Amino acid sequence: MSANLAFAGAAYATGLAVYAGGALTGLLAHGMRKGGRRLADILTAAALAGAVAEALAGAAGLVSAGVWTWRAAAMLPGLAFSVRLDALASFFLLALSALAAAVALFTFSYSRHGVYAEKPLLWGGFLNLLLAALTLIFTAGNVVLFLIAWETGVAASYFLISASHGDEETRHGGLLFILMSRAGAGMITLGLLLLAVSAGTLEFEEMRSGAAHMPPALAAAAFVLLFLGFGVKAGIIPLHIWLPAAHPVAPSNISALMSGIVIKTGIYGIARLCFDFFGDLPAWAGLAVLLAGVVSGLLGVLYALMEHDLKRLLAFHSIENIGIILMGFGAAVLLRSYGYPSLAALALAAGLFHTLNHALFKGLLFLGAGAATHAAGTRNMEDMGGLIRRMPQTALYFLVGAAAISGLPPLNGFVSEWLTYQALLAGFGTTTDITRVAFPVTGALLALTAALAAACFVKAFGITFLALPRTAQAGRARECGPSMRAGMAVLAAGCIALGLGAHGFLPALDAVTQQLLGAGISGQIVNSARAALQAPPPRSGAVSPLALGLLLAAFGLAPLALWRLRRGREKVARGPAWDCGLPALSAENQYTATAFSKSFRMIFSAIFRPRREIQPKYEVSPYFPKEIHFESGIRPAPGAGFYDTFKDAVLRWSMKSRQIQAGSLHAYLAYIFVTLILLLLFGVRS
Amino acid sequence: MTETIAATAWQTLLLLALSPFISGLIRTAKARLQTRRGPSMLQPWRDLRKLFGKGMVVPETASAVFAAAPFVLFSATLLAGLLVPTVSATAPLSKFGGVLAMVYLFALGRFFLALAALDTGSSFGGMGSSREMTVSALAEPALMLAVFTVSLTAGSTDLSQMARAAIGQSWKFLAPSQMLAFAALFIVLIAETGRIPVDNPATHLELTMIHEAMILEYSGPWLALIEWSAAIKQLVLLTLLANVFFPFTLVAGAGAGALLASSALYLVKIVLLAGAVVLVETTNAKMRLFRVPELLAVAFVLATLALISTFLFGGR
Repeated sequence: MSANLAFAGAAYATGLAVYAGGALTGLLAHGMRKGGRRLADILTAAALAGAVAEALAGAAGLVSAGVWTWRAAAMLPGLAFSVRLDALASFFLLALSALAAAVALFTFSYSRHGVYAEKPLLWGGFLNLLLAALTLIFTAGNVVLFLIAWETGVAASYFLISASHGDEETRHGGLLFILMSRAGAGMITLGLLLLAVSAGTLEFEEMRSGAAHMPPALAAAAFVLLFLGFGVKAGIIPLHIWLPAAHPVAPSNISALMSGIVIKTGIYGIARLCFDFFGDLPAWAGLAVLLAGVVSGLLGVLYALMEHDLKRLLAFHSIENIGIILMGFGAAVLLRSYGYPSLAALALAAGLFHTLNHALFKGLLFLGAGAATHAAGTRNMEDMGGLIRRMPQTALYFLVGAAAISGLPPLNGFVSEWLTYQALLAGFGTTTDITRVAFPVTGALLALTAALAAACFVKAFGITFLALPRTAQAGRARECGPSMRAGMAVLAAGCIALGLGAHGFLPALDAVTQQLLGAGISGQIVNSARAALQAPPPRSGAVSPLALGLLLAAFGLAPLALWRLRRGREKVARGPAWDCGLPALSAENQYTATAFSKSFRMIFSAIFRPRREIQPKYEVSPYFPKEIHFESGIRPAPGAGFYDTFKDAVLRWSMKSRQIQAGSLHAYLAYIFVTLILLLLFGVRS
Repeated sequence: MTETIAATAWQTLLLLALSPFISGLIRTAKARLQTRRGPSMLQPWRDLRKLFGKGMVVPETASAVFAAAPFVLFSATLLAGLLVPTVSATAPLSKFGGVLAMVYLFALGRFFLALAALDTGSSFGGMGSSREMTVSALAEPALMLAVFTVSLTAGSTDLSQMARAAIGQSWKFLAPSQMLAFAALFIVLIAETGRIPVDNPATHLELTMIHEAMILEYSGPWLALIEWSAAIKQLVLLTLLANVFFPFTLVAGAGAGALLASSALYLVKIVLLAGAVVLVETTNAKMRLFRVPELLAVAFVLATLALISTFLFGGR
């Protein structure tokens, strides 16, 4: 075992132990009054320390390119635990821990406010528990440990989401989350058991050989079950309904974790499923993943455009980015099925890199949104505005996140989108049948998704932070605490570093693609001499985010310097903005978020099916209304009808089942008796 | 290294010097077609000089974003221009980025300009910002798909490679995929540069303006930078169309005589394409804003057809 790998194992175990300690302390001592504040800070510090240790473990695991395993003796027959830190697990562990460290940093100041301050020990304990569960999800080596960790993660997330459970919206969000998670977990359990039966073991390591010998129909069933189950977690449309309900109502540090990494457990599951459990998948599976990606990406961003609740907007953008990740994964599955493992490795790396990037910028945006919503006292963008003057640093960090998620060069979002485009373009040449057209069309729809995302973040940043404050409270906003700013600064620096230094980071993904697809990527796409990335041969085309960044700075600073030098002769006067000669520009004159997205609402009305209600109230004549009631909105996403039908059916059957639940003791005794007889018969027969 | 720096400097000068002239040319030619005399072709140059010498008024509501936007826009647009081959077949900076970087650099400039428009707090700014982002978002898939079609045939996203691949073969413009992609990109050019029938660069009527509404509050040197960026963007997009679809005037080597001849031919191509823009502008009326998506949908359909004909009639 290499030194790196041994270090990874030690750091991993340490981090997990710190999390466990934090979780136990918090949950046991949550009623403590005296010194609770200090203990809460210790719990946050535990989360931070655990995250740093786990980040080191992930990094060392990636660098060593080996597999670190640990097995516990079976406590009960078939109930052994095993931990497996392979390259894919290390990568996700790194993404999780990098975000978790920044979130923990943010939490020091954040936990002094709002609902968090009421029970800081309880939430600190659950935060540690959630991080421990997520760590175990990514590193579980067999089905039993995976499912236990998965359910623990769901439970911990549920309690954290429901922190402010006095609020009806929060209770609804939490309930929807747990219901959908249950349904997803059911499908995952079933799918994993199908695989386990074929493999004859519960160990993930053996799944691939088991899956290879499965009858095609059974393999397809297992694939579909697992894809849907993980799809619920990842928020693929139309399985996403819980996501925009649950993420916004959680405390903002938890929202950042939820959108940044908790939904990535679904992505992790899909990656395991497509590239580890199944060594080969037919082309239809790749097309299905690609389609899921395109639909989630496009519809996710379109619904985000219609949102005025800042955190809900960000939640819909998570769905969009999951879509972009799945475009990479889908292309990888297709390319592997056509027999191009090295191109598949590129597509997979594009998806994985976007996973990490999204964890960073979405975490950053949610933390920024948390600071803004706390300062303005509302999540509604229409009641914010002008925050940049009162909270310049938060605004700057949010702007970096907004630029990164919009895929603007030279930040990290641009690089992963560029890689996705290159993988898609290279895919066109790999086959001659009609499916090749799917690649460039996906690329064009990715371009549309990215352009709409840019429009949406012009809205999100512009309406929230720029121009005049729209309410008195927004005008009195105060810059957030130092640890909150530090948390955001770390993530913003990460977005910039992973953009400019992409050529340095991407070789780390070699270990992952090497283990899963047997092909590295850095050899074909990284040109470290020029600090550039290039298209895989035989295609050409390069991009160097570092050079672009430096040149952008140079070209921008040159005219700035010239202008500054000459400024002595010029006057810069401050004056009111033109507003058609009205007395003064007021906040009411400003364009609102609704107005900004109006054009999109009209153009995509076939999808949104907007409705509008205007009711003038008058006393004498309709020409002199006293007040006007205006309401506008859009219909929910496709698939909502299915959930309603399903809910009605469940309720109907529940009503019917009441007949056998009459509460009579005799009836229950009869049921037990009949069940016993049936089981005996079953036992005798087999 | 020195060669790259020299080529970069030369092309920077070319873009900076030529772009206002092309804007002036379009304006004058339009006036002549409408039997007006119109201003001199050098008028945009004179405007820029005058604006750079003036003081300016910054809205009280505006923040640092308003101040940063002109510089980001100018820098991103100029950098995008250096990724496109103009006279020589090799763009000075094509080893640092290809057509994808170009499209995303334009997006960077647009992002900041749209934010600056919201920053003023004036409702015109918000209106312009919303419209600009709408039109550009809808133009994006058509632009990308048309670019992909050419890129797939050339086997590269590097614009120099795309041009060179086309020089190597006999003139391929008559291939259906190329013609369709050209048509799609021409529509995108009209939309992206804010020309009639999508936007009218000569109007300040609030019902119709897009680009002008965004920059209404700018004055002095900052306005000059924005106007200059708009002119450069127009020239870059014209160059993209001219050199990717009609690359036969590009020279591969660096001989002075060849470069001179190629420069003259480049100018002819750009003037001809600008002439096409003038014709479109004079023979069409400005569209209602909500008819623009239909036009861009046409561009998208054309680009899709271009792609499908690549599939049908070969191409790698």
